[in-house]
Amino acid sequence: MRNALAIAGKELRSYFVSPIAYVVLTGFLLLGGWFFFNLLSRFNFLLSIYSAMRNPEAQTRLNLNEFVIAPLLHNLSVVLVILIPVITMRSFAEEKRGGTYELLMTSPLSITEIVFGKFLGAFVFLLVMIGLTGVYPAILLLYGNPEPGVIAAGYLGLLLLAVAFASIGLLTSSFTENQIIAAVSCLVLLLLLYVIAWPAETAGPTMGAVLKYLSLTEHFGEMVKGVLDTKDLVYFVSVIVLALFLTHRSVESVRWR
Amino acid sequence: MIEVRNLTKRFGDLVAIRDISFTAATGQVLGFLGPNGAGKTTTMRVITGFMPASSGTVKVGGFDIFDNSYEVRKRIGYLPENPPLYADMTVSTYLQFVGRIRGIAKAELGEAVDRVLHTCGLTNVTGRVVGHLSKGFRQRVGLAQALIHNPSVLVLDEPTIGLDPRQIIDIRTLIRELAGDRTVILSTHILPEVSQLCQKVVIINAGRIAVEDTVENLTRDMSLEQVFLRYITKDADADAGASAGAPEEAAS
Repeated sequence: MRNALAIAGKELRSYFVSPIAYVVLTGFLLLGGWFFFNLLSRFNFLLSIYSAMRNPEAQTRLNLNEFVIAPLLHNLSVVLVILIPVITMRSFAEEKRGGTYELLMTSPLSITEIVFGKFLGAFVFLLVMIGLTGVYPAILLLYGNPEPGVIAAGYLGLLLLAVAFASIGLLTSSFTENQIIAAVSCLVLLLLLYVIAWPAETAGPTMGAVLKYLSLTEHFGEMVKGVLDTKDLVYFVSVIVLALFLTHRSVESVRWR
Repeated sequence: MIEVRNLTKRFGDLVAIRDISFTAATGQVLGFLGPNGAGKTTTMRVITGFMPASSGTVKVGGFDIFDNSYEVRKRIGYLPENPPLYADMTVSTYLQFVGRIRGIAKAELGEAVDRVLHTCGLTNVTGRVVGHLSKGFRQRVGLAQALIHNPSVLVLDEPTIGLDPRQIIDIRTLIRELAGDRTVILSTHILPEVSQLCQKVVIINAGRIAVEDTVENLTRDMSLEQVFLRYITKDADADAGASAGAPEEAAS
């Protein structure tokens, strides 16, 4: 554990010493702010129209959770698909290219410690990244009356989604010493997981159910609605554990190939 | 201290090293010579546990590199051909990190870092970013990382490459001082370095051991240059001699 923490600390330091962290964080917050501003403007616009039309029924159906936070979280999840491969692409690829892989592999460290340390570093970074977007719902909570429980479930979903993405990013990075290849293959995998349920409606009942189960968006969507189901939690945890397990195998195969 | 036995390493069809055996005792500095591509780096990578051998065994301090890789890695300090440095760290954070992953207790970490900073002449650059250092300083940081956990075995892959004459002399003095109670394996292309530093020489050529003997015995009749050239050029003719030695070692 101590060794894993040392690796995690090194990873975090290298995120924040290089400009990558700041570029990624700035981009993420910039886009998030733009989404939030537009969603909120639209919400206000609808509110003013409905009150002008004196349509109290429609007005009661307008709520901040459904009209601002849910679409915001969905938009942020798309941005994460693109940004997370950039965050994780260096993790193993750069060590291999820079020769520091030899240092790690000839030190008295277990592969589990190396993989878990790198995972932990990425996890803390994502925690910071997603935590910073908490300012948007904080504003809503301050000036409006959204449901905090639903927000919390949605944010938990976003965090799990990001961590699952990062685990897949660690996996693709462990395959190669080329960061571009690591990032692109991660991006493709994430997009695939994102759109895998598209043929679900036409694929027949069994296949459709399987595809829907595999789809990240299905599980994420449920959590954004405020539904905390073990089925969705199990899905995310399985993706994370499977990706980390395969990363472990991949790193080990380099040692004993 | 180091016992290499019938080591073979294949990369697909390519045989990088073939049936290599040699030993190095405690306190000995072993010079590992051979032309480029002879298999020196591969052998060192196997000894340090970075790669597995296809067959054969390595024992370091009595521990087998395959069965007890963890114990071996704790005892080895390794300076690869390209020093394994994180370019964005400062010298002292880098050494602290290496110290931690090599298992130095937190209370002793500061002392260990100070010690290697001092032995490797890095006290003036502790706060500098590693990526901005000159080649010579980077090499010294690489050496410092190999020494930080006070290993009983040092494996140095061309430690003086790219250094200026003054730094070469410094590093040689350092290696001589370090040898004392340690075992050092040193690969190099600089033959005078071997005569100055090493007690024992192993010359490998095309993945096979060409000769293993003490510097004294080898240089009795001719210079080390002549010995080196003889063993690496007359490989085909000397094959009889080499293979005469090989079965003997295999049998023992």
